Amino acid sequence: MSAIEVKNLSKIFGPRPERAFKLLEEGMSKEDVQKKLGLVIGVYDISFKVESGEVFVIMGLSGSGKSTLERLLNRLHDPTRGSIIINGEDVTKMDQKELIQFRRKAFSGMVFQNFAILPHRTVLGNVEFGLELHGVDKEKRQKRAQEVIEVVGLQGYENSYPSELSGGMQQRVGLARGLALDADILLMDEAFSALDPLIRREMQDELLELQTKMKKTIIFVTHDLDEAFKIGDRIAILKDGQMVQLGTAEEIIVNPKDDYVKAFVEGLDRTGVFTAGTIMQPLKATAHVNDGLNTVLHKIRRAGLSSMFLVDSQRILHGYLKADEVATEVKKDSVDEKKTPNPSLIHTSETVHPDTQLTDVINLYSESTGPIAVVDGNNKLLGVIVRGAIIAALSKGYKPEDNGSADQTTTEEKVE
Amino acid sequence: MLPFRIPIREWVSGAVDYLSTQFSVIFDSISDLVLFLVDNFKDGLLALHPLVLIVIIGLITYRMAGLTMAIVAVFGLFIVENIGLWIAFNETLALVLSAEVFVIVLGLPLGILAAGSDRFNSLIRPILDFMQTMPAFVYLIPAVMFFGLGLVPGVIATFVFAIPPLIRLTNLGIRQVPKELIEASDAFGATRTQKLLKVQMPVALPTVMAGVNQSIMLGLSMVVIAAMIGAGGLGADVLRGISRLQVGQGFEAGLAVVILAIILDRITAGFGQMKKAK
Repeated sequence: MSAIEVKNLSKIFGPRPERAFKLLEEGMSKEDVQKKLGLVIGVYDISFKVESGEVFVIMGLSGSGKSTLERLLNRLHDPTRGSIIINGEDVTKMDQKELIQFRRKAFSGMVFQNFAILPHRTVLGNVEFGLELHGVDKEKRQKRAQEVIEVVGLQGYENSYPSELSGGMQQRVGLARGLALDADILLMDEAFSALDPLIRREMQDELLELQTKMKKTIIFVTHDLDEAFKIGDRIAILKDGQMVQLGTAEEIIVNPKDDYVKAFVEGLDRTGVFTAGTIMQPLKATAHVNDGLNTVLHKIRRAGLSSMFLVDSQRILHGYLKADEVATEVKKDSVDEKKTPNPSLIHTSETVHPDTQLTDVINLYSESTGPIAVVDGNNKLLGVIVRGAIIAALSKGYKPEDNGSADQTTTEEKVE
Repeated sequence: MLPFRIPIREWVSGAVDYLSTQFSVIFDSISDLVLFLVDNFKDGLLALHPLVLIVIIGLITYRMAGLTMAIVAVFGLFIVENIGLWIAFNETLALVLSAEVFVIVLGLPLGILAAGSDRFNSLIRPILDFMQTMPAFVYLIPAVMFFGLGLVPGVIATFVFAIPPLIRLTNLGIRQVPKELIEASDAFGATRTQKLLKVQMPVALPTVMAGVNQSIMLGLSMVVIAAMIGAGGLGADVLRGISRLQVGQGFEAGLAVVILAIILDRITAGFGQMKKAK
């Protein structure tokens, strides 16, 4: 079951909003309808599902209805039409009393652009705010607040007032206030937009790191595509209250649905989108730990490489061998077929995880002397990073599917 | 222009007569309540030795407004005691405090209501405008009609005169609470009461306290005028100074009023800023 299921959701501001639907259904443009009836169409006919544990980004320019859409989910705005099913319950049908209970049960509150933390309360007082509203007793809620304060790195500031904190720290308070609650869904409205770029990136990284541990369902509203692609598992792009496209970052980059999305994607900082996993190349050949030296040399020559990764039968990476060193060794000893490479020939390889961002891959690439292996959490070899693929990813119009044919021999330029 | 006179005078007198006879029970109990409050405040204040009260007020002023103001307050109170106006001073203080109790008890809820409902706000606004533009003297007339002469109508007139700023500023303070704070408390599942007590009132507190401060200042000016209908206190001494052309006595009484005004103003203003200074 999806955590959130939104069906044909619309929000029209103004008196007697129902009037708008008829005209819209007759095909009148939204602009004309707004002008004619004096209504404002916030969100029109949006449907989507969010899975539990997903980071779902709602992206759009100002006035696109993204914040309205988020506020419909916890009914800070009442929807005009459509249904919102959260954890199996229809939010649109609740009365005020049920709604308050439901907000407490389903939502970890909300994180706001301008922080919206209480100026008359200390950091601790702000973080325990949600628990206090829910009637948790003092000792318990302060203990919990203290834990969360440490998670967001604000220990030592428990008794400070918001006015004494920087913007970044204030937003940590805002985030901690949400995290202090156990509920599954966290709403974030332009949460990092008011922060300066450096702090913003830091907060994004921290959020992602926290998310790997807490696995909340996060609905994240932003106008920044870089941020959307960095944080979101899936991204919904909104324009004039309607959803233009919904998909993963790569789907949106590769297949922008219309010119509006295309224009967005072109302004994108690509290093933030691609990961080691999307640009890695499959391996032509690898050496096995039980291969004899001659076999290895043969494999290397046949593949036309200057080096080769050494793996065992589980494809666990053991390092890499250099072609020239193997050749010298073979000549020197003229040993028997079975002799495996001795440890002095095996070089430790730089490795990256498939989720490592392109920026970090580039940094590593420029510093390392050997090939860069892409491995999973168990050190299992998945692929290799080659220079051609990095350059291709940085250039516009690049599509990840194209790279299968990229020339792996380019590694040789790097590994002498 | 018209062949007859519009009988506003008769209407008002008639209404007042009707009300004061029909609802005498209500007016009597209000009267008792006011007297009870004023007497207790006065007796409480005068039960203390002047020196003790001076020290207490000095300490409160020190806490709220700092050392300089505390010295000014103690010095001022000492002068009041010295020129023989101590009892009148405390009577006036008791009148103002009693009126302020009514102002807060009624003004705060009305202000909160006005902040919560645009309809109530637009209803109450012209009334408040009317109350504030009316000359202070005019309030004395209905007060006297319903409550006779003396202390009670003085307090009532003061209350009516002093309540508008508190209602207005409570309303304003709550309406000025940032929208995001309201959204935040809603998003975290706050009930209306929780929202009011934990978010709106604390955030609006400096503005509300400015309202309390203003209403006390207005009340003080009215209390002096209320001496005309026999409310007593320092106003009576000012009035006597005027009617008997005793410039010196009148000045002394006026000075005591100023001293009281400064102390009350500094203490209440200090309370509004206390949270911020932390």
